[in-house]
Amino acid sequence: MDFKDYYKTLGLARGATQDEIKSAYRKMARKYHPDVNKDAGAEGTFKEAGEAYEVLKDPEKRAAYDQLGANYQAGQNFNAPPDWDDGFEFSGGGYTQADQESFSDFFETLFGRAQTRGSAQQAGQTFHASGQDHHARITIDLKDAYEGATRTLSLHAPQVDADGHMHVRERSIRVKIPKGVTEGQHIRLAGQGTPGIGQGRAGDLYLEISFQEGSPYSVNVRDVYFDLPIAPWEAALGGKVKAPTPSGSVELKVPANARTGQKLRLKGRGIPGSPAGDLYAVLQIVVPPAKTDGDKELYQKMAREMDFNPRAAMGG
Amino acid sequence: MAKQALKIISGEVVDAVSLSELCRSCDVHADWIIELVNEGILEPRGMTGAQWQFSAVCITRVRTAVRLQRDLGVNKEGIGLVLDLLDERAQLRQLLRQLEPSVVSDDEG
Repeated sequence: MDFKDYYKTLGLARGATQDEIKSAYRKMARKYHPDVNKDAGAEGTFKEAGEAYEVLKDPEKRAAYDQLGANYQAGQNFNAPPDWDDGFEFSGGGYTQADQESFSDFFETLFGRAQTRGSAQQAGQTFHASGQDHHARITIDLKDAYEGATRTLSLHAPQVDADGHMHVRERSIRVKIPKGVTEGQHIRLAGQGTPGIGQGRAGDLYLEISFQEGSPYSVNVRDVYFDLPIAPWEAALGGKVKAPTPSGSVELKVPANARTGQKLRLKGRGIPGSPAGDLYAVLQIVVPPAKTDGDKELYQKMAREMDFNPRAAMGG
Repeated sequence: MAKQALKIISGEVVDAVSLSELCRSCDVHADWIIELVNEGILEPRGMTGAQWQFSAVCITRVRTAVRLQRDLGVNKEGIGLVLDLLDERAQLRQLLRQLEPSVVSDDEG
């Protein structure tokens, strides 16, 4: 196990005051909070800062840690010396509402775990409690929303064993993604949360749906939008063009004199449901580059013969 | 647990939840949810607490609110502000992603 330098984590010197510790933590927490910062490493940094703060904000834990830590460097191999906490008292474990399930082995070796619900304390009594609901996020392709799918998920859930210790248990489940789900909806899996204690019922598992980023389609509730590139003559003359959609290829009728940004609506071709969403093709006129002499000649002919000034409205 | 033995579980799509379902799902007290409603942070359909129906997005909002309060000490007024700004930021980011390809092609041309 590596030694953790909690001062370094918060960017502080060992002599920092309690006020400095608090403000350093608050600053880091605001910056790296996973709800605010979506960078990959943010959550880890946030948790480390939380763990460091949990120790340093509490004068009892801090004093014990200081006495221990003077001889260690961050990352150095560490084993807690026997009776290291002799003479220190931690009132009630000193746990706050912080999410202690995320603390490191290093922390646990030193300060142990808070008593959790359903611990051995209740042994011998008849105790019933409902299990907690769990939440997870599931990223799906738009195609899955159109057609439905099944997904295998790995879930890491904290579990309390018979002695009242917490363990992270990994388990896999196969879940049916029903056709017609959309972003922000949840799928509730009854009884897949924390098991109940005694005769209490098990909690539920909620899966929040989000769509894979980087797809050519954007979604608003059940309406789906995509850019449809067209040639200038298709825009000017109108006519039928073939367009790929999440539910297969369709023929779209482009009106004559179509403009970039114009939306063609395909009713009911959005995400299925009642009512189903609509699919919108957003027209994008693509100007062909003048590569050959023939191309250039065509453009020159247009310039000569067409009465068109795109800057007329600007007074140009 | 053998992988091939995994049974497919069918869930239920949740469009809306009641006050008690929301409390249970997010592990919070009803009083706190009522305060968030009074603050205009959550907008349920229905007149009284017993009839309230919260859209599924509220589950995500409440869970974020819990974390903002617990982790950052944000109060209710602040939670409303942060949630609205986070929503707005998400919308702007989506817009930016849609605009990015055309910006790139402008540079090339």
